[in-house]
Amino acid sequence: MNLRAAPNFRAVWAIYRVEMARAFRTVLQSIISPVISTSLYFVVFGSAIGSRITEIDGISYGAFIVPGLIMLSLLTQSISNASFAIYFPKFVGSIYELLSAPVSYLEIVIAYVGGAATKSIILGLIILATASLFVPLQIEHPFWMLAFLILTAVTFSLFGFIIGIWAKSFEQLQLVPLLIVTPLTFLGGSFYSIHMLPGIWKTITLFNPVVYLISGFRWSFYGKADVSVGISLGMTLVFLAACIAIVAWIFRTGYRLRN
Amino acid sequence: MPSILSISGVSKTYATGFTALKEVNLDIQRGEIFALLGPNGAGKTTLISIVCGIVNRSSGTVTVDGHDINKDYRAARSLIGLVPQELTIDAFESVWATVNYSRGLFGKPANPAFVEKVLRDLSLWDKKDAKAITLSGGMKRRLMIAKALSHEPRILFLDEPTAGVDVELRQDMWEMVRRLREDGVTIILTTHYIEEAEAMADRVGVINRGEIILVEGKAELMRKLGRKQMTAELRAPLASVPDGLSHYALELSPDGTQLTYTYDNQSDRPGVASLIRDLEAAGIQFRDLDTKNSSLEEIFVNLLRQKP
Ligand SMILES: Nc1ncnc2c1ncn2[C@@H]1O[C@H](COP(=O)(O)OP(=O)(O)OP(=O)(O)O)[C@@H](O)[C@H]1O
Ligand SMILES: [Mg+2]
Repeated sequence: MNLRAAPNFRAVWAIYRVEMARAFRTVLQSIISPVISTSLYFVVFGSAIGSRITEIDGISYGAFIVPGLIMLSLLTQSISNASFAIYFPKFVGSIYELLSAPVSYLEIVIAYVGGAATKSIILGLIILATASLFVPLQIEHPFWMLAFLILTAVTFSLFGFIIGIWAKSFEQLQLVPLLIVTPLTFLGGSFYSIHMLPGIWKTITLFNPVVYLISGFRWSFYGKADVSVGISLGMTLVFLAACIAIVAWIFRTGYRLRN
Repeated sequence: MPSILSISGVSKTYATGFTALKEVNLDIQRGEIFALLGPNGAGKTTLISIVCGIVNRSSGTVTVDGHDINKDYRAARSLIGLVPQELTIDAFESVWATVNYSRGLFGKPANPAFVEKVLRDLSLWDKKDAKAITLSGGMKRRLMIAKALSHEPRILFLDEPTAGVDVELRQDMWEMVRRLREDGVTIILTTHYIEEAEAMADRVGVINRGEIILVEGKAELMRKLGRKQMTAELRAPLASVPDGLSHYALELSPDGTQLTYTYDNQSDRPGVASLIRDLEAAGIQFRDLDTKNSSLEEIFVNLLRQKP
């Protein structure tokens, strides 16, 4: 066997480690800020609104919004972590080193997406821990809870990676998250059950992929869901497959990476 | 001996439609120092970027130590270290982390002792914990070199290594390049400083508008194209060159006090000795005589002038 053609695991590890180190360097931004914002959500939504809506599907409102809150951060952080991680070296030019290194595209994706996903999963767990200080939580299906957490983090890190490669400016980098992802997440049933919406809106909502993520995730906590869990899982996998397909196409064509 | 880098028929047309390289052929010998000279925009960086895998070529083949840069990219790239023209470093990483990262990226096992040696050789050891952003320009340049050397490459590309670098550091770099050569590393450098090529290179290539117009051993080049000049400082100014000396094609300075004779090593023009005799015969007295070899810079300017 030609040893030199063997996978370059050291490169994957080197990239992954640098990405994690970046998170620790900016520990304040990476950890403290989501903790603060989650706490604020609880104060505003949990207490103010929760005093009016006491229960949804037999779950206290404060507890009801926890899975949605975690998903909200997971989505936005996965996208911003991964898109920034690959956009930044493009922007400062240090990407030359990555392109000149004996690394395959697959290894590049695994390292960057792995790093971004790890960070957002840790973040999701921190939010979960923070939330447990405010409301009593129950997790009926811990395995599925973790499965949804990891699947979503990986999927949206891939999505962020695509955005980071596509973006030619910082504006473009923020455009997709701002114009598409944030609205979809807020309208994705984080703070309400879609059964509470009037008929036509309920139908429209079913076209929002985020609904399926949040619904499935919430099911893993309380065993209750807006749409069936099978469909949730299926939709998540479809989105994951779509992202993988796009990344594969990008790398086959060298799109926006190699001139 | 087979060449360590072989570039054949490489062309590059950028997405803008601009053709930066036209059918470039170039072979680099193992262990040599090769200087690639050429004016701004000639295609030096493009050529290097293609070999290193940063830019895709439009056509042609490149092999590094026998490995095709596409089919066998891992083997090819792991042999190459690149110090790019632009200073591009992640500003927030420490020197130590940055250099170790580069080593890992190229698949080499961690070796703190080796990385320490690289940093010491480049006088960066006392800055190992400093963030790149706090380094001066010259230190950043050295950091880029340290990154390129961190994975023990057999071929080192230096794309204008001494641009914006002070004299002392430039000397250090030349010293470093010589040491690397002694270790058997092949070095390809681009530069605008001709004295750099003159001082360092074994062979010189000249590229202009995407075409290699000359590749020659440096000594060879100097001998072939080099010209000599003899300048005579006259005791009394002349109004014009006497007719009897016209076959020398002498140049008279505007104030009439200097006569310059240009001759090359191979031409059949008469030698200096006969000129001196003829000067004396014509009754022209001189205070001083001075001869010099033309530098690579003059050779280079002449070359580019000949091939518009
Ligand atoms: N990404 C690009 N897209 C389009 N044209 C490009 C690109 N990069 C370089 N060029 C053009 O290709 C030509 C060669 O550029 P290159 O950078 O290779 O020159 P160079 O010899 O390194 O010049 P310098 O001495 O200034 O560094 C230039 O005319 C340049 O404008
Ligand atoms: Mg250049």
